Amino acid sequence: MKQTVTLDRVTKFMGLGFLMTIKSLFTGDLDKEGFRNFLRKVVVPIASIFLFIGLWHMGAKSLYNIEADYKIEKALTEQGQEAADVMKACIASGDISCQPNTLPSPAQVWESYRSLLRDHQIIKADKDAFAEKTATLNAKRIAEGKDPITYTGRPSFVDQILTSLKTVFAGFLLALVIAVPIGVIIGLSKTLRSSVNWLIQIFKPVSPVVWLLLVFMIVKTLTKDSNSDSAFIISFISVGLCSMWATLVNTAMGVASVDKDYINVAKVLKLGPVQKVFKVILPSSLPLIFTGLRITLSVAWMVLIAIELLAQSPGLGSFVWEEFQNGAVDSNSKIIVAMFVIGGIGFLLDRIMLTIQNAISFNKTSGI
Amino acid sequence: MISNTIHNDLVIENGIAFHEDVMLDLKHLKKVYPTPKGDYVVLEDLNLQIMKEEFVTIIGHSGCGKTTMLSMIAGLNEISGGNISVLGRHIKGPGPDRGVIFQAPSLMPWMTSLQNVMLGVNQVFPHATKSQRNDIAKYYLQKVGLEDAFHKKASDLSQGMQQGVGIARAFAIKPKVLLLDEPFGMLDSLTRGELQDILIEIWNKEKITAVMITHDVDEAIFLADRVVMMTSGPKAKIGDILNIDFERPRTRKSVLEHDDYYKYRKHLIDFLEH
Repeated sequence: MKQTVTLDRVTKFMGLGFLMTIKSLFTGDLDKEGFRNFLRKVVVPIASIFLFIGLWHMGAKSLYNIEADYKIEKALTEQGQEAADVMKACIASGDISCQPNTLPSPAQVWESYRSLLRDHQIIKADKDAFAEKTATLNAKRIAEGKDPITYTGRPSFVDQILTSLKTVFAGFLLALVIAVPIGVIIGLSKTLRSSVNWLIQIFKPVSPVVWLLLVFMIVKTLTKDSNSDSAFIISFISVGLCSMWATLVNTAMGVASVDKDYINVAKVLKLGPVQKVFKVILPSSLPLIFTGLRITLSVAWMVLIAIELLAQSPGLGSFVWEEFQNGAVDSNSKIIVAMFVIGGIGFLLDRIMLTIQNAISFNKTSGI
Repeated sequence: MISNTIHNDLVIENGIAFHEDVMLDLKHLKKVYPTPKGDYVVLEDLNLQIMKEEFVTIIGHSGCGKTTMLSMIAGLNEISGGNISVLGRHIKGPGPDRGVIFQAPSLMPWMTSLQNVMLGVNQVFPHATKSQRNDIAKYYLQKVGLEDAFHKKASDLSQGMQQGVGIARAFAIKPKVLLLDEPFGMLDSLTRGELQDILIEIWNKEKITAVMITHDVDEAIFLADRVVMMTSGPKAKIGDILNIDFERPRTRKSVLEHDDYYKYRKHLIDFLEH
């Protein structure tokens, strides 16, 4: 029983309370109210997923038909009846050379997903083989003080996900390091707050693209002589700059709105400024700071894709763009796979932040 | 500190003459809030002397400026005119020589009850060893009956227990004056009674000069040596002062059964109703 209670708390804590309903279905302790809950929280969402896939399938099918009819029509008008018949047969046979290029069906997307995973296995094996082959040579090169030979082959889909995650975390950390201290400082002083307010209000709505260009101008010059990975630097700095505003504003607000009672206690006890900040102000504004950080992380993930796409730095964004440019038969379905992966990872990141936020915050009201 | 006795127990320090037994001295105290329609005078020419080891309760209608006066003594509210001195020295801002028990418990909810008390103790006894400071904090938490809740988060405690920690925190910094702003106003009557007993028990031992605001006539009589009645604002001042001559230590029972109790009670209620 105890275990159930803790599990219940953990899942609620992470905002995944519906898992408990599924569990109670198997353990059998499901009363009338529980059954209604089960319907609402499990059956209906699953049904909606199937409905979504069904609608998508039908939509994709009709788009496919429109595209196919158009192709046949075109062949008929441009090259005559014979060419149209060939085209019709070709489309019906499922030959790659003449497939209509449109929204892929769920089945195609699933197939692409599996092929991307297979591709990853192949590249991974290739990489391992390469590492094995160059191991002794690299050891020798390092001993001689030269750079080791690195694998320069094509990155797999999974590699690109990892690169994106690396970039988003670097950007997130940058935002944290910049926005929290500045937020605390401007939160503490009313004068400072009103004097930098216009700056924040102006920079906050600036589009990621513009940030990217600005960072590009600066980083390009700064990294001229070094051989560092400037695409990565540009993209993570841009991500950080785009996403830090929510944290900055929330931190400043949290610090500025600390309960007056706590401030009075600090005054009566004559706490020094350092103690006042670390023992009273920061802990009491942590919930708001974390709300800001949570928004920052989700914004970071969202702008990352656009920035990677523009900065030509490897990652999910450039994967999507390359596939779009590529125009291969399964390109469209790969883009859709990437879309789901991006959404899924974004959801997971948000859940992680929510969990940390709930663990840290002292008032036990959970976020949404 | 140069101080020379002139006559009996009248002392001159920094040019200010004061009676040695006076702990807290409010002289011609004035509080004005500027409003768009002109100044709003909350307190005017308020004079009050509170002796060492005295427990004074202040009673008056809501909005008469009781809390304003207390927070001015605490140094949390600026003085518009006149002055407040503690042991003959004018106060400048807040300080741990005047401990405050607020109306809301005002504990840091992310700290345990021990940490909350330690926050003040660390500040006031920086030269004591860590274990000495810990002992002080634990001693006062025990006094308020929270020996089982040292390591409980303040947010997990009941309102009454939280106010208990507030009392422990205030006594643990060994203030010269204890200021209590309706500390039990938000509690149910049973808890209120318990905390009154706890407060008076610690106070009997420490004899810290105390000024307490209350709305509760019975509370005012039970705890106080003197009950100060304030007139209604604006321009509130001291209306009347009632000496309570019950012997200490008192018990609730002995106070309620005392012949003078209803006389005192009638006096206060008559004042409040006029």
